[in-house]
Amino acid sequence: MSANIFITEEEIDGDDDGPLAGTTVAIKDNISTEGVRTTCGSRMLEEYVPPYDATVVSRLKEAGATIVGKANMDEFGMGTTNETSYFGPTDNPAAPGRVPGGSSGGSAAAVAAGEADVALGTDTGGSIRCPAAFCGVVGIKPTYGLVSRYGLVAYGNSLEQIGPFGETVEDAAELLDAIAGSDERDATTHPEGDDSSYADAATGEVDGLSIGVPTELLEGADEGVVETFWDAIADLEEQGAEYHEVSLPSVEHAVEAYYVIAMSEASSNLARFDGVRYGHDADVEGNWNETFSQARKEGFGDEVKRRILLGTYALSAGYHDKYYKKAQDARAWVKQDFDEALSEADVLASPTMPVPPFELGESLDDPLQMYLADANTVPVNLADLPAISVPAGETDGLPVGLQLIGPAFGEEQLIRAGSAIDR
Amino acid sequence: MSDDAVSPEEVRHVAELARVDLADDEVDQFTRQFADILEYFETLDEVPEVDRDADLTNVMRPDEKRDSLDRTEALRNASETEDGYFKGPNVS
Repeated sequence: MSANIFITEEEIDGDDDGPLAGTTVAIKDNISTEGVRTTCGSRMLEEYVPPYDATVVSRLKEAGATIVGKANMDEFGMGTTNETSYFGPTDNPAAPGRVPGGSSGGSAAAVAAGEADVALGTDTGGSIRCPAAFCGVVGIKPTYGLVSRYGLVAYGNSLEQIGPFGETVEDAAELLDAIAGSDERDATTHPEGDDSSYADAATGEVDGLSIGVPTELLEGADEGVVETFWDAIADLEEQGAEYHEVSLPSVEHAVEAYYVIAMSEASSNLARFDGVRYGHDADVEGNWNETFSQARKEGFGDEVKRRILLGTYALSAGYHDKYYKKAQDARAWVKQDFDEALSEADVLASPTMPVPPFELGESLDDPLQMYLADANTVPVNLADLPAISVPAGETDGLPVGLQLIGPAFGEEQLIRAGSAIDR
Repeated sequence: MSDDAVSPEEVRHVAELARVDLADDEVDQFTRQFADILEYFETLDEVPEVDRDADLTNVMRPDEKRDSLDRTEALRNASETEDGYFKGPNVS
């Protein structure tokens, strides 16, 4: 029973009525909850209790939802397997003995195990879609700017979005309706989602839908995953959709660009953790620099240190043009490629993850291999686009997710198409 | 491994810039891993220069006084405070 899904279990009741009355929600532990410990899966914030709610949390309370706990996660959102959490890995309820995927693994596992009806995660490079695929549930990465990030502990601001998990596309869409829309506390939010009715779009109607399949996102994927993917596409064809192949040459460089940008933003964001105003206090004698460095040595795990150092390196004098500037070029190229492909298709489709869920402990020693597993999800964050991962079936008894990518603020189309797969 | 792979000294230097103390075995481990990762990042050299058309607008609000966190709430997570202020170690 101890799947280690929650870091903190705590029942917080929402308002009496509202569209989510009677719905239980798990919240990823990097989203601030007033009066309830918010750890980011890190020793650094083991005792941190935020004095305010994130905007998404206030909106859930207003919608009547009941929060049931703070879900386990890779430390500060950094990981693909949920194994970098200071609080230990989560077991995958859909494939016991395997990882639930990262970094929102606890949130996906909570839904898969029936511990919550729906859940909130965050997606910087695939952290909602990866665990959705590995745990056999639905996850939506919204368009950048659709959902407020106020109260989210920042990792990679230009890339990350809060988004929903559900057992069905309709459940996830209903949760998205509750959290989407502009917020005066987050200047990057957009009014597009203000009066949304995404749940109503879950009609399963795909007659005439045009699907582009980027060939680059099938290369190198596990054979069983590719087979399951094509079965799902064939199923959509039977329901009236048509597909054609498209090429996205830029995605060959998306993983490098993503990690350079994410690590650079992380090194700057995580500079705030010095153990003085909040966070782990090293309890050593010394000046500011010495105690600061010691608090960070003790408070951060390996993956977080790795990314802070690589990000600092990429931004340091002499390397900025070589890494960061080039990564921004690659980002612009990826955006152009997606624009072009989406001018000739309603949605793009690929396997969410190129592989089925890893065994627990299988892959921690080689960070580069882990980064490469994000090849199909990171291009979407670079291009600020929405995407959904829907269970597509199994290979050798392990869940496989299908990813659909749409144009900016094209959530309704994704939800409509996604709901045709999960029925 | 490329010629300009990082050395243990460079890893220590970056760690100092980032204010993260490292144990000796961490320096060794990161030196090895950074060589692989940075070599992979170098494939960005193949990326062509791309025009970016940033479609951005400023979001402003009137500069009016509003409520903020009260002092007790703001200080509640600090390990040391004095007279309503955060208390930190000496700067030098």
